Amino acid sequence: MATLKELSKVPERLVGGHRLCAGCGHGISTRMVLNAIEENDHVVVGCATGCLEVATTIYPFTAWNCSFIHSAFENAGATISGVEAAYKALKKKGKVTENFKFIAFGGDGGTYDIGLQSLSGAMERGHNIVYVCLDNEAYMNTGIQRSSATPIGADTTTSPAGKVIPGKQQPRKDLTAIMAAHNIPYAAQAALSNWQDLYKKAKKAVDVEGPAFLNILSPCPRGWRYNTPEIIEISKLAVETRFWPLYEVEDGKWKLNYKPKKYVPIEEFLKPQGRFKHLFKPGNEHVIKAIQEEVDKRWLALLERCGETPELPPR
Amino acid sequence: MKTRVALTGNEAIAHAMKQVNPDVVAAYPITPQTEIVQIFSSFVANGQVDTEFVAVESEHSAMSAAIGAAAAGARAMTATSSQGLALMFEMVYIASSMRLPIVFPVVNRALSGPINIHCDHSDAMGLRDSGVIQLFSENAQEAYDNLIQAFRIAEHPDVRLPVMVNLDGFITSHAMDVLEVLDDETVKNFVGEYKPEDYLLDAKNPISMGNLDLYDFYFEHRRQQTAAMEAAKEVIKEVGKEFAKISGREYGLIEKYHLDDAEVAVIVLNSAAGTAKGTCEELRKKGMKVGVLKPRVYRPFPHEEIKEALKNVKAVAVMDRAETFSTNGGPMFQEVRNALFDLRGDIKVVNYIYGLGGRDLLVEHVEKVYNDLYAIKDGKSLNTVNYLGLRE
Repeated sequence: MATLKELSKVPERLVGGHRLCAGCGHGISTRMVLNAIEENDHVVVGCATGCLEVATTIYPFTAWNCSFIHSAFENAGATISGVEAAYKALKKKGKVTENFKFIAFGGDGGTYDIGLQSLSGAMERGHNIVYVCLDNEAYMNTGIQRSSATPIGADTTTSPAGKVIPGKQQPRKDLTAIMAAHNIPYAAQAALSNWQDLYKKAKKAVDVEGPAFLNILSPCPRGWRYNTPEIIEISKLAVETRFWPLYEVEDGKWKLNYKPKKYVPIEEFLKPQGRFKHLFKPGNEHVIKAIQEEVDKRWLALLERCGETPELPPR
Repeated sequence: MKTRVALTGNEAIAHAMKQVNPDVVAAYPITPQTEIVQIFSSFVANGQVDTEFVAVESEHSAMSAAIGAAAAGARAMTATSSQGLALMFEMVYIASSMRLPIVFPVVNRALSGPINIHCDHSDAMGLRDSGVIQLFSENAQEAYDNLIQAFRIAEHPDVRLPVMVNLDGFITSHAMDVLEVLDDETVKNFVGEYKPEDYLLDAKNPISMGNLDLYDFYFEHRRQQTAAMEAAKEVIKEVGKEFAKISGREYGLIEKYHLDDAEVAVIVLNSAAGTAKGTCEELRKKGMKVGVLKPRVYRPFPHEEIKEALKNVKAVAVMDRAETFSTNGGPMFQEVRNALFDLRGDIKVVNYIYGLGGRDLLVEHVEKVYNDLYAIKDGKSLNTVNYLGLRE
């Protein structure tokens, strides 16, 4: 395991000059994943339409020191499949001699929703690629609309907290489990706050032969409405409240990577975020309760899948 | 060396693909294109090609993967029909704007709805403004020849655009036809090795592709696509001449059939041109000075060549196997009338929409068109837009 000091010396593949917001998780996540590639290896980054793409490649500029391709919103999986197929063909013919890795990034819109079919196809076909979902829990690039990754109760512009309906009514889709169900060699869920865990997972994903999937919770200051310097704290609360459990599925074996020592109620994660502000008004207690129940239910199911005793942390 | 063989249009296309031996083929089956994918898969399974075949889960992904492969520096292909082309609509525009020389046969089939599997040109016409070069093929021979030439056109440094090779669903794709195929070595040498200039897998020169292009550059990039289309006209003719050296068959932008002394003419794409030529022969025996103009290239549209070819004709019928719902005729009618507008005021141009959803075009239909044209030439006023073989 590389130390933070060592990692800071690895040449960056996504460099300064991009226009991501202050306090956005995308830049941190992307750099951390790319750092896991061996220095002498090359990489082609694929990217779905979204914040990462529009903020890093405004023509005639680019913030990428490696090859990068964006083609559309719903097809990062298929596009990177084509790049990887070309690599196989050209390597076989001796036209490309260097080692290349292939990593596609998409937001939750491009991954959970519009790009799910393309991603599923790419995973099933077994391309030697890594797909990274930068999950910020809504369509942030178009102005914070709900996605299937948006949690219950969140106030978005298409699930607004109104007089009758208090934000999004449905729980999140469990995409990491869906990807694991493809029986790919590696699927994992990670968070920015636990950077060593994230780095290890990125390394496994990059090194494994065959398709790998990483789901990284990537907080968004505009959509979540928190103080930008608090991004890592927010990420930590998502993990400690078990809202975003850290786990991996390696060759079909489920493993929990982090177990919070005590029961931190979901309110701790919700409170610092403007998107959940309305839930703390009288009359909306039932929504917070529903979120907590959903978190606990999923936590117990996850523990069971990971072969651990299904119990909640001590209160 | 040339060999005469009996093949269906789909078999001829698959055979040409085998001879070209592309680096990557990403495709999804759809009637009536399915056989192309099936036959090509067997070439892959039997080691007859070196191609990486990507069996994608949709046509949208087919063109997306072809884009990824071509951007990476590979010679990439796909193939489709109808709904498949409609599903890849978005990606076809992106392929052309990224200037990727992807070659893809389209076996023409009517678009839903209602759902129908038979031939018309509504699929190809839906992509006429996408920035791809569109070649049309009268029969299996032309489909085979067009596919081989398509690589040279697409990859030419002045062009660098995708090329769509159209052939009629079932009529050409499934009917057995006798054609002349070239030997593998001749095709390989004619097509040549693909040498991309800027590509993702160039380790020493990493590149960003598909960037966000706002109001300060988008317009110029769009204009460059039009310039490439303009340049393509010369390139298509040059490649056609070179192809004649290895095959004895020369191709240009249009084919003229008995046009030199024609008084009236029909303009028609793909297999129906065969029916029109046959009818033309019969009427010529009766002393009628009739002709046929068959555009081989629809994008870029050969306005100048059509204008020149029809300069002495009195009345012209444009036959469209697609509807625009503009209430003013089919797509090619609008192109041709546009081309002839500057020619002179007294040329009469009328439109016949035919064969939608695979409705047969009969010799009697074309005869009626020629008779109508004679009536128009003699001063009779007929409808501008007409339907052939329609029950009304």
